[in-house]
Amino acid sequence: MEQDRAVPSAHETQKKIYSQMVARTKPKPPLARNVTGAFFFGGAICTLGQALLNFYISMGLTRPDAGAAASATLVFWAALLTGLGVYDSIAKYAGAGTIVPITGFANSIVAPALEFRREGMVFGVGQRMFTIAGPVLAYGFISAWMVGLITYLFK
Amino acid sequence: MDYLKAFIVGGGICVLGQLMMDLTSYRITPAHILVGFVTGGVAISALGLYQPLIDFAGAGATVPLPGFGHLLAQGAIKGVQENGLLGAFGGGVEASAVGIAAAIIFGYLIAAIFSPRGE
Repeated sequence: MEQDRAVPSAHETQKKIYSQMVARTKPKPPLARNVTGAFFFGGAICTLGQALLNFYISMGLTRPDAGAAASATLVFWAALLTGLGVYDSIAKYAGAGTIVPITGFANSIVAPALEFRREGMVFGVGQRMFTIAGPVLAYGFISAWMVGLITYLFK
Repeated sequence: MDYLKAFIVGGGICVLGQLMMDLTSYRITPAHILVGFVTGGVAISALGLYQPLIDFAGAGATVPLPGFGHLLAQGAIKGVQENGLLGAFGGGVEASAVGIAAAIIFGYLIAAIFSPRGE
């Protein structure tokens, strides 16, 4: 025991070296990388949205109209980049950064529509484009309707 | 300054989505995140808590999907105030009509024009 107490530093150093070896060797937990990617790509898309918003306001649009125009512009570019296969390459690094912004909604429409196009323009494109957008719209509309209903009953 | 605020708040909302994807069951897919963020946005907005975030961060709060929920909720509330019960049905859809129509129209056209990758 006395000797153990005499050389704690050697033991500590070994433990430190070992944990450094482990840290080098084991696959990095992707969480930090994912979160960083989500933050930067998500932040960048929102900054782009802010630039579009400022642009449309400077063109004389009202605040709500400029917001709608900015959303439509982002949606167009996201759809186009998905068609070109670029959006999904970015999504590999961006994770939720490309899913959570409105551009992710556009991507969720184009990606399955393209993938299942061989099933035809009605059952392929027309139906599959709502694979994810359908539930989003259903839950969005229903919850907004409930908010309206509550407002109506308690106003 | 409004660009920096948009970047940080928008990025922060996306980080929240990433944490929900990474730290919860594998059964939570991006589709669940989209549905959850829109519905959550509706609820938070109905409580009056989302507008202050938009006042602070602009597009940082409107571009992420809770901003879409906010449009729906505020549209429904405004609709009821102006048109009564009919407004509860139409208000939210009207307020978000441009974004939804743009996503469906551009989405369809792009899917019709482009070929799937790898074919």
